[in-house]
Amino acid sequence: MPTIDPPLALLAELTHRCPLACPYCSNPLNLERAAGELSDQDWRRVLAEAAALGVLQVHFSGGEPMARRDLLALIGAANGLGLYSNLITSGTLGGAREIDAFAAAGLKHVQLSFQDFTAENGDRIAGLAGGHDRKQRFAEAVRAAGLPLTLNMVVHRQNLDGVPDMIEMALELGARRIEIAHVQYYAWALRNRAALLPTRRQLDQATEAVEAARARLKGVLTIDYVVPDYHGVRPKSCMSGWGRQFINVMPSGTAVPCHAAETLPGIAFPSVRNSSLSDIWHRSDAFNRFRGTDWMAEPCRSCERREIDWGGCRCQAFLLAGDAGRTDPVCTLSPDHGVVEAALQEAEGAPPAFVYRRFSAAR
Amino acid sequence: MDRFVVSDSSVLSFAPHIVFRFDEVRQRWIILAPERLMLPDEQAVEILKLVDGKTGVSAIVDSLAARYDQAPRDLIAKDVTTMLQDLADKGCLAGADD
Ligand code: SF4
Ligand code: SF4
Repeated sequence: MPTIDPPLALLAELTHRCPLACPYCSNPLNLERAAGELSDQDWRRVLAEAAALGVLQVHFSGGEPMARRDLLALIGAANGLGLYSNLITSGTLGGAREIDAFAAAGLKHVQLSFQDFTAENGDRIAGLAGGHDRKQRFAEAVRAAGLPLTLNMVVHRQNLDGVPDMIEMALELGARRIEIAHVQYYAWALRNRAALLPTRRQLDQATEAVEAARARLKGVLTIDYVVPDYHGVRPKSCMSGWGRQFINVMPSGTAVPCHAAETLPGIAFPSVRNSSLSDIWHRSDAFNRFRGTDWMAEPCRSCERREIDWGGCRCQAFLLAGDAGRTDPVCTLSPDHGVVEAALQEAEGAPPAFVYRRFSAAR
Repeated sequence: MDRFVVSDSSVLSFAPHIVFRFDEVRQRWIILAPERLMLPDEQAVEILKLVDGKTGVSAIVDSLAARYDQAPRDLIAKDVTTMLQDLADKGCLAGADD
């Protein structure tokens, strides 16, 4: 077995509680309730173990991480351990007072999500009236605290045409970076796929707008653009490979190589409640299951891209082809690619209504 | 905001919230930036160690030229400026008085 490199980043999903109800949320359909969340003590131990294991960055996310009262203390703990901490937030709970305290505790960066560039459509997609305005004020507070700001825009057929305006909004709010990421179809997003998957034409226009803005704004605004893999020819390198860089700890303490992995059947995911992060990373069956290339079958096994995209996404292979060990169906070399083409066909029709993310709305 | 253009007379420092440090686990220098990790090569590390918010780009070049006396100063100046401009474009470096 080749040596296992230490993880780069810990995704600390502190809670599933969130005031928003985005229909593409990457949280599982079965949301964890507050009573099932790890304690403050547990998280402090996880952070210390992560730093010792070689983790360099921690991403505090959720749900809405600001729903946790101990967030400030956890940011301070991470900073004390030399971890570079990022806050991934919807910006709808709290404002300047909280942000100033986070900055003083050593927070390094804030990633703030918007659902669109207008309050009207943004609030409709988020299922929360007044959310957009609160986010704008939150962005101002982040800048006033001297923290670097990244805007996160999840795009799909119901907001994609606004990409140029989203970039303008990022400039107006003083962001140095904007992440324009197409919805990835897991969990709630898969449930809402027909309402979210863009048409080919929409996508091409947005991509063109991004490329033009990138050239114009070099050195002013960094634009990270994640294309929707359904429209591609080869899959994304999911999480840069299973168990290669990321360790994700869910609110319950379950550790997974990616946030969607818990849905994979036949894998017992370990918990930080009874295993150390080091054991989980190096020795758990779950993290070794799809590590490297040994698990691959054809066409990945002999493909020259096998260490570039690592066979694509295991969760997508399971969700679309029924087997996590198959080639990601998004790849045109996959024998299951027809299911992706069928979904793209469906996208050319009229979109159905959203199923909003709620506790127990899933079924 | 405009793009920061690195020249001979620039004085640079790390942007706030950029961390340039030695990582004991990996035994190498790293740059930590928002949601991103950069692994500068040996040459870049030597240059970045001289970025302190006081030393100008031309003084950095001088000090490297003195250390590696087989390379022509022009060539070193070009490499240094290119590397620093790239990091400035990524938001890692800023003018010291910004
Ligand atoms: S066959 Fe497998 S390794 Fe090759 S491009 Fe497709 S998914 Fe990637
Ligand atoms: S393959 Fe699975 S684990 Fe990896 S990112 Fe995709 S959904 Fe997540």
